[in-house]
Amino acid sequence: MNNKPSTGGLIGWIDDRFPLTKMWEEHLSKYYAPKNFNFWYFFGSLALLVLVLQIITGIFLTMHYKPDGEMAFESVEYIMRDVDWGWLLRYLHSTGSSAFFIVVYLHMFRGLMYGSYQKPRELIWLFGMFIFLALMAEAFMGYLLPWGQMSYWGAQVIISLFGAIPVIGDDLTLWIRGDFVIADATLNRFFALHVIAVPLVLLLLVVMHILALHEVGSNNPDGVEIKKHKDENGIPLDGIPFHPYYTVKDIVGVVGFLILFSAVVFFAPEMGGYFLEHANFIPANPFQTPEHIAPVWYFTPFYAILRAIPHKLTGVIAMFASIFVLFLLPWIDRGKVHSIRYRSQSFKWLLAMLVVSFIGLGYLGALPVSDGRTLFAQIFSVGYFGFFLGLWVISKNENTKPVPERVQ
Amino acid sequence: MSSDEILMSADGVDNNRRRFLTAATVVVGAVGTVAVAIPFVKSWNPSARAKAAGAPVKADISKLQSGQQIIVKWRGKPVWVVRRGQDALDTLDNLADKLRDANSEDSIQPDYAKNEYRSIKPEYLIMVGICTHLGCSPTYVPTITADFQGGFFCPCHGSKFDFAGRVYSGVPAPTNLTIPPHYFIDDGLILIGEDGVA
Repeated sequence: MNNKPSTGGLIGWIDDRFPLTKMWEEHLSKYYAPKNFNFWYFFGSLALLVLVLQIITGIFLTMHYKPDGEMAFESVEYIMRDVDWGWLLRYLHSTGSSAFFIVVYLHMFRGLMYGSYQKPRELIWLFGMFIFLALMAEAFMGYLLPWGQMSYWGAQVIISLFGAIPVIGDDLTLWIRGDFVIADATLNRFFALHVIAVPLVLLLLVVMHILALHEVGSNNPDGVEIKKHKDENGIPLDGIPFHPYYTVKDIVGVVGFLILFSAVVFFAPEMGGYFLEHANFIPANPFQTPEHIAPVWYFTPFYAILRAIPHKLTGVIAMFASIFVLFLLPWIDRGKVHSIRYRSQSFKWLLAMLVVSFIGLGYLGALPVSDGRTLFAQIFSVGYFGFFLGLWVISKNENTKPVPERVQ
Repeated sequence: MSSDEILMSADGVDNNRRRFLTAATVVVGAVGTVAVAIPFVKSWNPSARAKAAGAPVKADISKLQSGQQIIVKWRGKPVWVVRRGQDALDTLDNLADKLRDANSEDSIQPDYAKNEYRSIKPEYLIMVGICTHLGCSPTYVPTITADFQGGFFCPCHGSKFDFAGRVYSGVPAPTNLTIPPHYFIDDGLILIGEDGVA
């Protein structure tokens, strides 16, 4: 029970019954964030913005879409041509999914640079990784819904991955599809998962991600703990209240983001076949595999790792391992220094290797296979996993620079 | 009396009994949860309608010319019927060292198709047109060249198969293409999806 005297008025009336002011203060007006956030700190709030955008456009799309093997493709074309502003809703949603991954990848890279996953922020990182996993599931299932050729065959390839599991593999894929091939049953259940199940999980995870963040406090580009130096009122000397300082700053990020986002939505919603693949404008046909199957760009790095290994089960294991290894990052990195600013030269080289490998894999994963490309994909795969192995090795006794006491 | 017993009697709490009841409730609750989960999980199995649609299908092959391929839909999958000419059959003899599973030991086929030609009659190949790698549908390559002895090529991940659907080494597909159960009703008619009565 709250024993504080009521402050009166409407807010007071609510505060006596619900912790409105308390929550506002805890998470916004009295949440003290380090004063040295740079532009890399935009991407968390931008991810939240895109999530809201996806939910709202998604709700309106379900009002016209038909999750039925016979009608799905047609209903998407109907949205594009006949529904007032339907094209805008659809392009906002499809561009939003790519934007979501751009923002999330940059957000994760920020975490890598400044050691935001290190103690005591391991759980924030883990919740974030689960968000990333849920997001991939959400995107994958959403991509089946237009029921185009790439929807169909992409889903066929990904679901077949589970067939590589020994003994239960075949029964498992049958269970996931609900039919002997990808069919109406698969489309219908993916729709249910995409529209209800995964978004609920995503929202819950986002809340946990933010609660964990606000419990331990934000990291910053210097990677120093601002809670070590507080004034007489217990407020960090290098902290500023999130609202109004960072809410206003984030608006600048939002404006910049929306300019770029709108440019894509209005002028290049297909992004040359990277955001919406050309083969997906042909209705799904179970008898005709497209010449070249590639996932949407945000999956290509992991897909390239899968293809780099000429053995089915090993390839599947390597692909899942490339995602799972990220979960272990807080324990792989044995270093005490958070920020790249004060870490060793070898850390910078390793991080550069990861970026080059990841982008290289992403580029190769979108192209058809050839012997030369497979070799490059293998080299980049080694580079990708090499980052984690290298980090584990160098972080034990790292030659770091002195870390300042306070934010610079 | 020990201090514990005084405390216990004061609160009237029997911790052993409480622990037992808690454990029993958890166990019964867990069993109930699992029982309730079963119908939800099972609802994802192929429905009766989907299973009925998976019944065997007939295919008329009387008009198939040498080298031609027809595609029959069975269980929503493409099933190929290929009439192989003598030149195609000849390529099968000297490929063994380039194949991963030349004798089809690890591949799926009925016993009556576990032979060199992977078919009942050497001329007619009846095969599921789904790559054993990740389920794409390979393309039929009827022409024999120096580079590729003809057969099937999967555009998705570059797996290659010979005219009997046997997989080449060094490609991602782990096993030969699958031969479905089938039999000849007469010379021009086959049934796909069921073994013949011997």
